[in-house]
Order: sequence, then structure tokens, then C-alpha cells
Amino acid sequence: MAVLRKIMQTTRRDFLGLAGGAAVAGAVPIVTLRPLEATPETLNAAIRNVVGEAAVRSGKVKLDIPPLVENGNTVPMTVSVASPMTADDYVKSIHVFNEKNPQPNIANFYLGPSAGRAQVATRIRLADSQKVVAIARLSDDSFWSVSTDVIVTLAACTEEVN
Amino acid sequence: MASALINVPRKAKRGDVIEIKALTSHIMETGFRRTAAGDLVPRDIITSFNCRYNGAEVFRADFFPAIAANPFISFFTVAKESGKFEFEWIGDNGFSSTASASIIVE
Amino acid sequence: MSFARAITAAMAALLVAAPSLLAGEIPPDERRSGYTFMGPDTRAMQDDDTSNPGMLFVLDGETLWKQKLGAAGKACADCHGDARESMKGVAAHYPAFDKALGRPVTLDQRINLERTQRQQAAPLAYESHDLLALSAYIANQSRGIAITAGDDPELKPFVEKGRELFMQREGQLNLACANCHNDNFDKHLAGSPITQGQPTGYPEYRLEWQTLGSLERRLRSCMTGVRAQAYDYGSPEMVALELYLMSRAHGMTMETPAVRP
Repeated sequence: MAVLRKIMQTTRRDFLGLAGGAAVAGAVPIVTLRPLEATPETLNAAIRNVVGEAAVRSGKVKLDIPPLVENGNTVPMTVSVASPMTADDYVKSIHVFNEKNPQPNIANFYLGPSAGRAQVATRIRLADSQKVVAIARLSDDSFWSVSTDVIVTLAACTEEVN
Repeated sequence: MASALINVPRKAKRGDVIEIKALTSHIMETGFRRTAAGDLVPRDIITSFNCRYNGAEVFRADFFPAIAANPFISFFTVAKESGKFEFEWIGDNGFSSTASASIIVE
Repeated sequence: MSFARAITAAMAALLVAAPSLLAGEIPPDERRSGYTFMGPDTRAMQDDDTSNPGMLFVLDGETLWKQKLGAAGKACADCHGDARESMKGVAAHYPAFDKALGRPVTLDQRINLERTQRQQAAPLAYESHDLLALSAYIANQSRGIAITAGDDPELKPFVEKGRELFMQREGQLNLACANCHNDNFDKHLAGSPITQGQPTGYPEYRLEWQTLGSLERRLRSCMTGVRAQAYDYGSPEMVALELYLMSRAHGMTMETPAVRP
């Protein structure tokens, strides 16, 4: 009874860990699968890779993605940063990440004062409903971010590969 | 195989901020898909894109498997002088593709 | 006027007003392209030729059109000249009746007939890159032109066969094309809008496929979707269905290459 209650209170990830532990003990024969999605840990690690120990502030960056996506295979995305783009005050780079694809990085864009406008558009893949995060590095090496939630539904009719 | 579709304004005034669009054909195989037999289909993607304006790099991008097939990119640059834009895509398995477009800046 | 006569008069008026409508068919002025069911971002992908991935195939088709090949060493351009002139309106008229074969052929089949008979080259496989590129290039020359397929009186029995297949329930899910695409368009199936299934933009770039594909590929995936055994590419059933669908869309404007989710 006590074990059951504990299981009910834990998250899915904790449950998999528990099940794994029990399997090792030989109590319950459950196979633990490597979660095929970027966890918050891998997302944070990917962000730290770019940002290092610097602080990341919210603001200045805007992510334009349709809130309800028509097909996760090709999602139009525009990221822009409010910046005068002068020689003294410009955007050096923009880095886009996701939460639940098998891999946390989506793209990195490198700009400069000659860009005139800090705005880049592309088409991305989203495996599931999830957060997309964009982080901009300015010329003064400060980091700014925005995150947005996107809903991705699966296509209604799946097909065999022709 | 058509390598790319480029959209650069033919003419611009000096100092104008212009939009450049580039679309290229590439399967962008993620490396996470499996065949019916269960084997992993190896990754085959474009990993980087860059644009040079009269030789100077004005934009560069790193692409990951999360970029959709037939990658599309749109970015901005300041029209400084007449000349040539050169675009380059580099990817896995020695993939390399280039395109160019001219502009008249008055 | 007596009640009975009023009813008869009303029914006569209805029949005169819409003589060719069978039960469940969409009235001609209520037909809508799949374009109208998409969100603004997907529409924007289709609208701009430099951001429409289908145009990459149209460009390839343009190159193939001029390529000399086969034992005859001929290019399409050698007989047909500039496609922008000679192919204008052609795709809008397909599937068309082939007198020699005594049956309708699709545009893809016509391309292969030309390849084998006139260029003396091997036919291209269905859904192959080159066949899609050529058919996209040719169909793009009909963009903006009204569909005229099904006009030929010799096609009548084949259109009928196609209509029968469209209305026939099939598969484990026991659904007919008409059940979704005539009776339930504008509603949603698992989050996606159900369209009327008007084939105005084929071959089209489907985001689900991440590439260009033909109407037959789309029909096969629908059939698999209702758990039916899909007809083979180029089979008489496929051709009849394609013919019926194009004639159902008679008068609507071609949009090839369309972009669809």
C-alpha cells in the first residue's frame, strides 16, 4: 500500500527510475527505456554551453511561431531582437532551443551590425507540444531570452512509407 | 538537381535594410528515424549556411536536425554597395552547395 | 394554388436549379480549395515562389524538359517547344482520354507514354523525383487556369466509375471518401481540418511528406488511413478516382505546386 501511494505521487520520470531500481532488485520485470526526448537537464546543458556562467535575462527577444501547428514536420518560425543594430549596439548571435525533440539545439544565427535588423526566419521540426527557447547575445555580451509554448498535433492519417 | 531558390532585391538604395531569402533542397535526415527493419537511418543534414556580401561574411547559421527538410532561411542586411551575394551550404558526407545573386545599390 | 401543387412546383424549381447534384455532393459555388482550410503561415509558404519548396521541383522539371535523352536523342522541348506556351492549360485538362488506348490516362502516364513512344527512353517510376519534377513543371504552366478535366463525352463512363469509388465505403474503418470530404469538411479529424479534397494543386508539397507528391500518393495514404488496401499507382481505379476528383473540381483554379499540411 505504501509503495503504491509513493508511485501515485511521483512523476513519470521518477516512476521509470523506481521501476529501474526494482528491476535491478529483481522484484518487478520492467524494461527502462532511455527517454527519447530532451529533458530539462539536456536543455539547460545546451543553454549553458552557449551562455556559460552568465546571467540570462528575459526580454528584448521575440519568437513568432503559430501557437497551434499544422504539421510538426515543418513549422515556420521567426525570431527577432529589439536592437538598434548600430556599430556600438547590435546582436552578435541568436540561439534557438527546444524542450522535447531528441536533441535540444535547433539553430544558431550569427549576425553583426551590418545586418540592419535582427530578424531571422526559418522552418523547424517539433516532435511534440513543447517549449521553444530563443537566447540572444548582444554586443555587450549580455544574454536575453524568450520562451514560447507550441501545441503540435499529429497528422490525422498516417501512411506507410511508399 | 535544383540547388537553390534565392530572393534578393534586384535594386536597393544605399542604407536600405533588405531581406534575403534562400531555399535549398536537402532531405535533412535527422539520424533519429528507423527503417521498417529497425536499423537507424544515418544522419545527413546541412550543418551550416553562410552569406558573403562582396566577400565579407554578413550572416552565418548552424543547422541541427530540428531544421525542416528543404531548409529555408530569411535574414536581413544593409545594402551598402552594388555587387554580389554568395551563399554556401555545407553538410554531412561532404555536402557543399553554392549560389549567388547580384544587387545594384544606388 | 393547392398545397400539393405548391410542393410539386417547389420541387420542380429545385430540380431545375440544381439538375446535376446528387445526394451529398457539394454545390458548385460552395467548393473551396484546400488552401482556404490552412492557417496563414502555411498559405504564406505557398504564396511566395521563392519560399515554396514545390518550386524547387518545378525548376528541376524545367531542366529535364530541355534534356535530350533516349534512343531517339530528343528532349521534350524538341517537339513541344517552350512549355510556357505549349503546356498552358494542359494539366488542367488531365486525366484525358487516350484514343489509342481507349481509356483515360493521367498526366504522369502521358509523360511516360511520350518517353517510351517518342523519346524511346525507359518510363519513369511513379513518385520518382524526375517524374514529379516534370509533372510539377507542366502543371505549373496551368497555374491560375480553370480545371476543364472530364469535359470529353468519351470519359463519361470512367467519371461514373470514379464517382462510384468515391462514394463506396471501404477499409476496416468502413469509410467512403464522401463521408469526410462531402459530408464533414470544415470539421476536424484529430486536430486537423477536414478539407473537401479538391485536387487543385497537385503535385503538391505536403509538410507531412517533407517533399513533393502526387494525387495518387495522397489517395493511397487516405486509403491506408481507413485501413483499406490501397490501389496500385496507375491502376484503373486510381485513374478513375483521379478523373472523378478533377471533374468534381471542374472550373476551380489550378494552384500547382500547392503547399499543404
